[in-house]
Amino acid sequence: MITAHGIQSYAWLLVAIPAASALILLTLGRAADKWGHLLGALVPVGLFVYAVFLFFSVKGQSNRKVDLHMFSWIPVARFRVDAGLLLDPLALVFVLLITGVGSLIHIYAVGYMAHDPGRRRFFGYFNLFVAAMLLLVLADNYLAVYVGWEGVGLASYLLIGYYYTRPSAATAGNKAFFANRVGDVGLSIAIMLMFAYFGTTSFAGVFGHFGHGGNATTGVATAIALMLLLGACGKSGQFPLQTWLPDAMEGPTPVSALIHAATMVTAGVYLIARSAPVFDATSAARTVVTIVGAITLLYGCINGAGQDDLKRVLANSTVSQIGYMFLAVGLGPGVYAIGIVHLLGHGFFKAALFLSAGSVMHAMNDRIDMRRFGGLWRVMPITFFVFVCGYLAIIGFPFATGFWTKDKIIEAAFDKGGTSGYLLGIIALVGAGLTAFYMTRALVMTFLGKRRWEPDVHPHECGPVMWLPMAVLAVLSLVGGWLLIFGGGVQEWLTPSVGPSVEAGVHTVSKPVLTAITLVVVALGIAGAWVAFGTRTIPEEQPQNVTVVTRASRRNLYADAFNEAVLMRPGQWFSRALVFFDNRGVDGVVNGLSASFGGGSSRFRRLQSGFVRSYALSMLGGTVAVIAVLLAVRFQ
Amino acid sequence: MTHLLLAAGNTAVSTPSVSYHALAPIFIVLGAAMLGVLVEAAVPRAERFTVQLMVTIVGLVAALVVVGLLHGTRTTTPSPTGNDAFFAGSLSIDGVGLFLQGTVLALALVAALLVSERSVDVGSPIVASAAVVVGSADDRRLTTADRVQTEVFPLMLFAVSGMLIFPIANNLILMFVALEVLSLPLYLMAGLARRRRLLSQEASLKYFLLGAFASAFFLYGLALLYGYADTVDLPGIFTAQQTSGKSDVLLYTGLALLLVGLLFKASVAPFHNWTVDVYVGAPTPVTAFMASCTKVAAFGAILRVLFVGFSSAEWNWRPVIWAVAIASMVVGAVLGLTQTDIKRILAYSSIAHAGFILVGMVAITKQSTASVMFYVLTYGFTTLAAFGMLMLVRDPDGEATQLARWSGLARKSPVVATVMTVLLLSMAGIPLTSGFTGKFYVFRAAWDTAGPLVVIALLSSAVAAFFYLRIVVMMFFAEPPVDSPTIAIPGWAASVALTVGVVVTIVLGVFPQPVIDLASKASYFTG
Repeated sequence: MITAHGIQSYAWLLVAIPAASALILLTLGRAADKWGHLLGALVPVGLFVYAVFLFFSVKGQSNRKVDLHMFSWIPVARFRVDAGLLLDPLALVFVLLITGVGSLIHIYAVGYMAHDPGRRRFFGYFNLFVAAMLLLVLADNYLAVYVGWEGVGLASYLLIGYYYTRPSAATAGNKAFFANRVGDVGLSIAIMLMFAYFGTTSFAGVFGHFGHGGNATTGVATAIALMLLLGACGKSGQFPLQTWLPDAMEGPTPVSALIHAATMVTAGVYLIARSAPVFDATSAARTVVTIVGAITLLYGCINGAGQDDLKRVLANSTVSQIGYMFLAVGLGPGVYAIGIVHLLGHGFFKAALFLSAGSVMHAMNDRIDMRRFGGLWRVMPITFFVFVCGYLAIIGFPFATGFWTKDKIIEAAFDKGGTSGYLLGIIALVGAGLTAFYMTRALVMTFLGKRRWEPDVHPHECGPVMWLPMAVLAVLSLVGGWLLIFGGGVQEWLTPSVGPSVEAGVHTVSKPVLTAITLVVVALGIAGAWVAFGTRTIPEEQPQNVTVVTRASRRNLYADAFNEAVLMRPGQWFSRALVFFDNRGVDGVVNGLSASFGGGSSRFRRLQSGFVRSYALSMLGGTVAVIAVLLAVRFQ
Repeated sequence: MTHLLLAAGNTAVSTPSVSYHALAPIFIVLGAAMLGVLVEAAVPRAERFTVQLMVTIVGLVAALVVVGLLHGTRTTTPSPTGNDAFFAGSLSIDGVGLFLQGTVLALALVAALLVSERSVDVGSPIVASAAVVVGSADDRRLTTADRVQTEVFPLMLFAVSGMLIFPIANNLILMFVALEVLSLPLYLMAGLARRRRLLSQEASLKYFLLGAFASAFFLYGLALLYGYADTVDLPGIFTAQQTSGKSDVLLYTGLALLLVGLLFKASVAPFHNWTVDVYVGAPTPVTAFMASCTKVAAFGAILRVLFVGFSSAEWNWRPVIWAVAIASMVVGAVLGLTQTDIKRILAYSSIAHAGFILVGMVAITKQSTASVMFYVLTYGFTTLAAFGMLMLVRDPDGEATQLARWSGLARKSPVVATVMTVLLLSMAGIPLTSGFTGKFYVFRAAWDTAGPLVVIALLSSAVAAFFYLRIVVMMFFAEPPVDSPTIAIPGWAASVALTVGVVVTIVLGVFPQPVIDLASKASYFTG
């Protein structure tokens, strides 16, 4: 760990500038309507340029963990928290992802939100998000992470409910908030545990108790790790807190692309990778992480296959892809970096997919039902091209991004060895096939086949301010994975943060064979979808006589119904019971008490008669009493 | 005759040396009071008010500055140079004394500004001629004339000088003199209300009669203690408890009677009955002065008597303090519940607060001394401003103190309602106000030795919170009456006074540490 110098000492601007810009945009009000979006979009671009310089500055030195101490934040007796930033490889790749992809999406949003009267407010929230997210990844202690964590939660809530006049958007915002609260409680308990056991919340201080020479027991490590995992599940939409993420698509599409696909929802992966020393110390917690990841990746795939709403398909695919990342970071030492690499690649292609979905929506008068799309490739060639690039990347088409990043996770799952390794590997493999299935379905229903448009829409390609960022992301979707993986670049770069990336010397299934199997599975998925949707006419209304699986998939595998029956209803009963108890029991006691006080008061106020003689008498009585008490105590 | 004079010459009377600088605040205030009497005689009526106000303010400010300069002093004066110099060491200038003197002076300054308020009523809240028969033609003329009387300022300064001596007196005779010096002007001032003259005169008379009664107790107690210890000096009484062979009945009966006299001044139950009637009858600014400054001085005297003179008898007097503290808190809180007049509510609140302050006195520690000093300071400013606010809400015939008249006040004047809310919340002890920090430190100081008492104190402050909050609810959530009262715009003096009170209330709630540090640094006695 070395102290920041040169341009590194200005890293606090990464948080301060977007925060200031958000403040300006949100407080100036209508006065900033004319130029607010330009300021809002300029901020991440400027930050990206700075971040690139910062990256090379840190890269140029042998010790790549730079500490920037800012001020003493909470100096309370034994509890000291210093506000500081940690510029290390893990933080820097996130800074580059957030500002880079963030810039592209901000620029896109200038066009996308052009006709929205609240565009300034939108950019204010968007910059607030950037500030909070950068604080989250740059902080050098868990408490500051928590601040950023809550900040992105707030921005997410505000942006999901951006169209707050729409009840569905308001409900979705609340749902996201509630699910996140559950996770946040986990994170806060983890921080409290750290303070209780180690007396510190800084990364350096906490991690010092783990690994060689550490004194933390496995029990403590497991408890902290599981609580961190709960926090991560809330923020990243993982099982069992996953249901909010598809609903979050109620927000404007750039929000879905930036917050609910590329960056914020991956904060959970960041948290686990950042806490690598804690998770390294407890295989039990790591197993739970892999199980969560495996369940979620299947859940996302199955759900994604049943949706008719294009953005919901993509949202479920996000859930499932983050499941892959959880699986990777859960596999533990040596695989963290692979999870992060997939996270970066996913940031590119998922942003591309969402932005093209937004472009489609834009063209179709904000309608998003794929049953009323079809044949769009002819009128929207650029969007089609971008979507196809993202499509190839996500299904893992040879040499596109997913091929490099996702396949490595499948490989690592098999390499875990034993029954559990096979189980996880097969789940990951099945997931790859299902991904190919539902993504093909989405591609076919949206862009290919016959036109099933509603009569009043006249789709057209979007303007350059929108398609230029899309094109950049499309290119990144195609070649980004290869760039990331080339010569083990990113994996090596991340070594100081998450430990060396170890690839098993002997693979459970040899590399070429596994690649071949994966490609076959993917091909099966594509073929299945093509047979089911490419060769038949797609009904404009949702058919009702469908299989049990489809029905379950449409209803999110009954996760919402489950939550409602198991959590919400009992919660309502419980709160009703409390209200009843409060009204009858507590209020009864309180009212009775106050009535008795009031009665006593009215009785005793007669003593205040106004007659000096009675006052003097009471004084005399008091005097006698005081003398009596004093003498009684003395001569007892 | 010659023989006597010669004899006196032979025994060489030793002159005690008085450290005049340490007594300068008292001299300044007394001097200002004398000057006020001269002004009353010499300055023409037109300028008299302004000159009197200036003399008062300059005197109080100068005294306050000197108190500040004296900080850290530890001395007793007059210093004993001979073997049996009378009054040697009868005044002790120490941290506690100076802190309380400073508090009295600061509060008196604010109270003087309230007394000088002339914009809210024709003339001033003080009647021009107190001796006129109520109901006579002269009396009717007085209510409409804007003639003012200015004797109230010198009266106030005399009272303040008594309050300055009261908490530093080490000698019980001197303490008694101070008690009378501070009381006599107050008896007069209580009868000076411009409106409701009969009520005011009645209050004045009641206060005088009961005050005389209490003074008699004090004197008798003093005599018994002299009988026990052969001295009236507190340190002497302290030493006598170890050495005297006389009956402890003398000692403890004496202490009991002495305490009765002091507790009466501090309006502690069961010696509180006068409080409500006098607070309601007296002119509101005078009530504010009494509720804040007199309390500070009286508790200062109680502190000194108990902590200096009877510190070794702590185990014996503690149950009495317990009993009167509980009585005060319960009487204040419970009787306050059914009051319908805001002035009466504030009077009961002052009785309850006296109980809270006593909670801080159950243990002789530096911390408890500091907490009591801090509490009287915070309570003084809050209560001053609260009584001051009563002057602003008016009906045609004077202040509208009926609770019902205050309903819906927030709609008419959000500022008045908000300020009053802050003050009431402080009295209720809600965090971020000085009332909370004051209670917190007092309760914390008492917790180790008197846990159950603190619990009772908390419960009664919860009960008392009801009537404070009831006023808040009335102001903000009730419909205003049809003929709602008018809100007077205060003149500069009252505005400054009210602002100071509110600002101190908030600042000591949010950022109390410097003053708490000052109080802990000042919590030492000499003598």
